[in-house]
Amino acid sequence: MIEASLYTIKAICILDNDGERLISKFYDDTFPTVKEQKEFEKNLFNKTHKANAEIIMLDGLTCVYRSNVDLFFYVIGSSQENELILVSVLNCLYEVTSQILRKNVEKRALFDHLDSVYLAIDEIVDGGIILEADPSSILQRVALRGDDMSEPNFKDTVIWHS
Amino acid sequence: MMLRRDKKDEEEGASSNPFQGLEKSTVIQEARSFNETPIKPRKCCHTLTKIMYVLNQGEQFGRTEATGTFFAMTKLFQSSDVTLRRMVYLLIKEMADIADDVIIVTSSLTRDMTGKEDLYRAAAIRALCKITDSTMLQAIERFMKQAIVDKVPSVSSAALASSLHIMKQNPEVVRRWVNEVQEAASSDNIMVQYHALGLLHYVRKNDPMAVSKMVSKYTKGGLKSPYATCLLIRISAKLLEKEEYRDASPLVDFIESCLRHKSEMVIYEAAHAIVNMKDTSARELAPAVSVLQLFLSSPKPTLRFAATKTLNKVAMTHPAAVTACNLDLENLITDVNRSIATLAITTLLKTGSESSIDRLMKQIGTFMSDISDEFKVVVVDAVSSLCSKFPRKYTVMMNFLASMLRDDGGYEYKKAIVNSLVGIIEENPEAKEAGLSHLCEFIEDCEHTSLATRILHLLGQEGPRTLNPAKYIRFIYNRVILENAAIRAAAVSSLAKFGAHCEALLPSILVLLERSLLDSDDEVRDRATFYLSVLAENQKALNSAYILNGLSVSVVGLERALHHYTLEPSEQPFDMKTVPLDTQPFGEKKVKSDLGPTSRPAEKASAPTQEIYAEQLAAIPEFAHIGPLFKSSKPAELTESETEYIVRCIKHTFSKHVVFQFDCTNTLNDQQLEEVYVQMDSAEGFEVESVVTAPVLKYNQPGITYTLVQLPEDNTEVSSIFSNTLKYSVKDCDPNTGEADEDGYEDEYVLEDAELTFSDHVQRVMKPNFMASWEEIGDEHELEETFALSAKTLEEAINNIVSFLGMQPCERSDKVPEGKSSHSLYLAGVFRGGVDVLVKSRLALQDTVTMQITVRSTDPEISELITSAVG
Repeated sequence: MIEASLYTIKAICILDNDGERLISKFYDDTFPTVKEQKEFEKNLFNKTHKANAEIIMLDGLTCVYRSNVDLFFYVIGSSQENELILVSVLNCLYEVTSQILRKNVEKRALFDHLDSVYLAIDEIVDGGIILEADPSSILQRVALRGDDMSEPNFKDTVIWHS
Repeated sequence: MMLRRDKKDEEEGASSNPFQGLEKSTVIQEARSFNETPIKPRKCCHTLTKIMYVLNQGEQFGRTEATGTFFAMTKLFQSSDVTLRRMVYLLIKEMADIADDVIIVTSSLTRDMTGKEDLYRAAAIRALCKITDSTMLQAIERFMKQAIVDKVPSVSSAALASSLHIMKQNPEVVRRWVNEVQEAASSDNIMVQYHALGLLHYVRKNDPMAVSKMVSKYTKGGLKSPYATCLLIRISAKLLEKEEYRDASPLVDFIESCLRHKSEMVIYEAAHAIVNMKDTSARELAPAVSVLQLFLSSPKPTLRFAATKTLNKVAMTHPAAVTACNLDLENLITDVNRSIATLAITTLLKTGSESSIDRLMKQIGTFMSDISDEFKVVVVDAVSSLCSKFPRKYTVMMNFLASMLRDDGGYEYKKAIVNSLVGIIEENPEAKEAGLSHLCEFIEDCEHTSLATRILHLLGQEGPRTLNPAKYIRFIYNRVILENAAIRAAAVSSLAKFGAHCEALLPSILVLLERSLLDSDDEVRDRATFYLSVLAENQKALNSAYILNGLSVSVVGLERALHHYTLEPSEQPFDMKTVPLDTQPFGEKKVKSDLGPTSRPAEKASAPTQEIYAEQLAAIPEFAHIGPLFKSSKPAELTESETEYIVRCIKHTFSKHVVFQFDCTNTLNDQQLEEVYVQMDSAEGFEVESVVTAPVLKYNQPGITYTLVQLPEDNTEVSSIFSNTLKYSVKDCDPNTGEADEDGYEDEYVLEDAELTFSDHVQRVMKPNFMASWEEIGDEHELEETFALSAKTLEEAINNIVSFLGMQPCERSDKVPEGKSSHSLYLAGVFRGGVDVLVKSRLALQDTVTMQITVRSTDPEISELITSAVG
């Protein structure tokens, strides 16, 4: 029987359509190194990117997922965790991201609002504890800039590689 | 490098990742602009995002790099841009562990946390708690208490969640905040309620009384959060696991009432809790099963998955309770989510009756081709467990498994099938011939060397004893012609076994083996030459010792003994009897451990643990003269659990001595024991030769003391009872620092008795071909005796004999076919000193069990010892 604890979420990942990590937060030491984390992400992506099935057991973990265009959202918990709690977090993550990206849930838009999405994930889960799972509360706490959505804000600085 | 990346970016055009290939050095460079005035929030924010991205991709920052960047970042506190400030908090948390002196931001964060801007406060608390160590905690304690009861939910939640993180290092500080936490638990905000409840429970989790009070308070109502309700269900279920709360009906009522909650999350949690409770009755299960049944037809995949998974679990213990859901489960066989489909099928297989199996198997067959190997393995496992449940249905299952074996699939999948087939063959003698022919067919076209060699080994073992051994020769010999060296060698060994067992086939086998004398691989040639010369002697004893049964020593032990011998060469030839025995010969053990639930887990571990003991004992100079370790017993507790000192005893048998190993643990944190040993008193003949003390026994750090006992010269005296007393000198010590006082005093503690029995002198040995060994040992020292046993069933009698003699049942003779009133048990073992012992025991059941045992061994004394020991 699972321990009664607030530590519910083992990881949150957003991957692109090649299975590459865009944002990943691992909250415990199930995968202690980044190398192991990325291996797990790759494996997870290979198992999920074709079948749109919402839930899968992998390496003894329960992973729930959603995708849109070229973005894949994952929430991962223990295999004994209540799957519906994991899904509630996934739905919040997706909904909030969609709002931040103005319903334009794709990789390109994500890069324009990466900071807001980082902040949002930080407001949803803190060190494995579900902090808030209501999308409107999250959006309020992230406090989007008024003009954040109209004008991609990094245009001027994306010249780093030239 | 740069060039190529640019080119790639151009090709990818619009969809490229602006962060791809971002380098740590570039970002660190950019971070210098944080020092510019005025601060440009947009630009700085973007730089922070880049640092975040680089860190998240797993780039390692050096200590100096990180610290430099961190200090530059602190300048950004001058800007009042909300997003920028929030990104700074995020980065502070991210870099807390990799940069030095992060506490310099304490005052800035404290200011934000107590300030007016609500958007800062919650996030500032979380960042502050992340960088605060135990020494700084006092300084923020006042603010934390205030924050916990703050009327802004995000602030309160942040404080509660952070408190839980702090709890791991500094539980005593957080315990002081309990009143505030309690106040927060009655908050109107559902998340605050959830976090407060979680923290309260964590604070009290070692005090079941307090937990029980808390639960009864909240189960009466007042929880609005579904998360909190789920948590409360879990806490209640945990309480119910404890003995004294077993009959707490309010808890059960609460969980049951949650089945009617409006949130699916809570309903599922409640059903899950009921299903997982210990000894739930069918009546208690029924409502849980029926809500799960409703979920089975939900449009949400996760809900279907969760329900199927939980029902699958119910099916293991209460298959009858799940049968009501069979129709819904059958609909799920075609579910697009293959995890759900597989779970549904395995559940059905568990609940299905014998009559529905044919239909189910057919249904599974239709979609096996489009599920992944992982799930196929699950199905194979379910099928094989079904075989042991309905042995009469073996033909259907076997054909199913055989057809799966013909399909494509990876190694793990094929291995699972082969394991299942081998399992069926071993369990069910009727299935043997059919199973062996399926396996023969499989090795004709098998790409996995390890599977092929394993099957060849099995054929060599089982094939010669079938009605028509000749038909397997062709399959085996084909391998000699067609395969790689490892398989050829296995095939040669297998052929030799046919030659040794079946006289009629011997001439043909000799011809076949001769052909391998010129094999290109030396192992194959060696084996062929060896077997040919043994077979040419045409002596049953030789055949048994060198072909059919082989060596039963532990491979690691043999290696070590030989190495030792080469280091110190002596006039004496190397004595095989000094090598420690393996409890089960190598090949057989592999089969067993792969078989899963049918194997005996205790035996699997015995070989390696004995190796560890042997090494530990060999390192002690006092035991240098007593020779190699023969056998180690399982540990036995000599104290009740939860007493002041915990002592376990392990008996190590040597050829003329026994070493008693006492693993002692001191559970008192205000005591330190020194010079600890166990004084043993026993009957005449068993003399304590020496004692190895445990010098110091600190709190909760296990220590070991040994007592060496010489065994009586007379081999027939094998059993004795030892009364034990733990002797030591006690020093009081400080529970916190562990520092002990100067002066100590002598004290003692009475332990339970340790018993030396017959089985301690015998090591189990598996003889794959018992009858051959029986003939090999001969009837020179045969003894026969008849006894009346008190056992009521044959199984009980067999278990008693096996555990009393401590010998290995061979030929699966420890399993009694159903409905038989007589049975033969074959046991094999080695007595300390290397004397082979075989026991044949015929049992007959009429009200009580009558047993006739026949003992053969190479030493008349030992034969007599066994017959007298049983009596």
